[in-house]
Amino acid sequence: MYKYDEYDHSIVAARVEEFRDQVNRRLAGQITEDQFKPLRLMNGLYLQLHAYMLRVAVPYGTLDSRQMHMLAHIARKYDRGYGHFTTRQNIQYNWIKLADAPDILADLATVEMHAIQTSGNCIRNISSDQYAGAAADELTDPRPWAELLRQWSSFHPEFSYLPRKFKIAVIAADEDRAAMRLHDIGLQVVERGGQHGVAVYVGGGMGRTPMVAPLIKDFVPFEDFLSYMEACLRVYNRYGRRDNIYKARIKILVHEIGADKYRDEVEAEFAEVKKLDLDPPRAEFDRIAAYFAPPPYETGLSDAIDRGDPDFAVWLDQNVAAHKAPGYAIVNISLKPVGGIPGDASADQIDVMADLARDYSFDELRVTHAQNIVLPHVRKADLPAIWQKLADAGLAEANLDLISDIIACPGLDYCSLANARSIPVAQKIAQRFSDLGRQRELGELKLKISGCINACGHHHAGHIGILGVDRKGTENYQLLLGGSGAEDVSLGTITGPGFSEDGIVDAVEKATDVYLRERAEGERFLDTYRRVGMAPFKEAIYG
Amino acid sequence: MGDPLRFRADEPHDEPAVTLDAFLGQSNATAVRIESGEDARALLPHLDRIALVEVSFPKFRDGRGYSSARILREAGYAGELRAQGDVLVDQIPLMRRCGFDSFAPEAPVDEAVLAAALARYDHHYQRAADPAVPVWKLRHG
Repeated sequence: MYKYDEYDHSIVAARVEEFRDQVNRRLAGQITEDQFKPLRLMNGLYLQLHAYMLRVAVPYGTLDSRQMHMLAHIARKYDRGYGHFTTRQNIQYNWIKLADAPDILADLATVEMHAIQTSGNCIRNISSDQYAGAAADELTDPRPWAELLRQWSSFHPEFSYLPRKFKIAVIAADEDRAAMRLHDIGLQVVERGGQHGVAVYVGGGMGRTPMVAPLIKDFVPFEDFLSYMEACLRVYNRYGRRDNIYKARIKILVHEIGADKYRDEVEAEFAEVKKLDLDPPRAEFDRIAAYFAPPPYETGLSDAIDRGDPDFAVWLDQNVAAHKAPGYAIVNISLKPVGGIPGDASADQIDVMADLARDYSFDELRVTHAQNIVLPHVRKADLPAIWQKLADAGLAEANLDLISDIIACPGLDYCSLANARSIPVAQKIAQRFSDLGRQRELGELKLKISGCINACGHHHAGHIGILGVDRKGTENYQLLLGGSGAEDVSLGTITGPGFSEDGIVDAVEKATDVYLRERAEGERFLDTYRRVGMAPFKEAIYG
Repeated sequence: MGDPLRFRADEPHDEPAVTLDAFLGQSNATAVRIESGEDARALLPHLDRIALVEVSFPKFRDGRGYSSARILREAGYAGELRAQGDVLVDQIPLMRRCGFDSFAPEAPVDEAVLAAALARYDHHYQRAADPAVPVWKLRHG
């Protein structure tokens, strides 16, 4: 994985000092909270309902064990002994004291981490495929492209006060594990004439106006990559709406002027900025890519796995994915135990995962946008031992992509924007379907819960989505069906009137009953819904 | 409001800046003010007679002026480029990188804080409108 050189270290160290200075000015009363807000937000520090929340960047979701141990250390020393992994592949801490924030950043800097641009109206942490470098179906590792973007976007002087936040995802496989087309810019590395470049999708997103990003350019070669990004962002910075915060994302601009007009504007801007020598040389790509070279896999390993323990066999079938190297596998660690908070991990659990990465996975971990953790490169022969250690730490829930593998935002338990609680609903659904055999019978079923219309819980992209709203002072939950954040991307449709907290759990169960009744051979919930349509679901839920 | 903070050696321009419409309608104005929603490219045919462009920042959150500044510098404008309005001390280093060399903030700026902010970063990842050499260039020459 990427290692900082003197320049990276110098920039991150300067940022720590800059933020320390800003916090000191705030604590000394030299600047008001109003003036401080944009500064702290640019560094991932939010004022929530009960305390400050600090969001730490995990660039493209990749970590080594030293960094993971640091995340545990921060949870212990500065928070309440746990952290929350997010849908942006980051981690956030919910109980931070303002005066501690500069020290936390200094601690992070010792392991080449930071909180730069994890909030604010700027280019946020670049996300990617959690199986990057390990997936059998990828063209190449997308992370060098993501690292190029990380550097280009860090403290970009022109794009630090955009109309709204800006999220970019990069993938390099046809199977989309990163919800690429639901980002402000989605990039897929593709090949043309023996060269790699990117297909550029612009204007996707969730929030209150969900949109699937249209294709803006089918191929941008490496030589033009950052110039083209510069042009895409400049058009947005100049013409994106600033009169209404709810219409300020780039998806609204692209929708209002149309993809063709947006493309014309970008091409015209690109013709100008291409003259400016903004693009790094091929040698820089090669320098970065060398850090993402495949680890030294052993050869001649057996693909055999001892399935003797039935609990292990279930976990193996559910949570372990195919790796491109013979004798290796990808392990998904579910952070969705029944009754738990989706994405939460204790400091001790974070340490356990770090040690497993060091001992079994070439010192690498990934955070997934579904709020789970991945050990990307493990020998199949080690799977039983890994499973045992995970089980001992309460981390062996065998529910990857099942109905209890829920994405949920923090909701009204933490967030000052929320209208309704998300976590208790996730817990009740997981409890209702706690029988793992029943979950496996239902198969792949992505359930996503947001506690307000901002859609941080990705409810538009859930096979089953739940949106919490405030209805005359009480929490009310709307049900959506048919969304997907994968390569078959689609937006969910609301079934009808909303439900109480218990009512929504019943409604979800009824929807799954319809699926079990209607499904054809080999169909997932989503496939059945797409084939039979909303009517039978509506009838069962409201009839 | 006091004198603008200037990072230029020449004397301050004393002609008041006129609106973009007024500027485009008269041939002898040498100072122009553009609002954040106005197109800086409208000035490009006239750069050789402009001594001062004042870019308005009605709110610190409104970042359109950063693009306006870069567009003018990229087109070769070498005169004074002033950021006026809700300009915060922590934004000035970014504005300097976009080509601004003069500042007229509505609220006074602490000069010691500004000096520290301007000196803080030794390196920058990306090329902009200032002379800073991007890190990738330092790495590879």
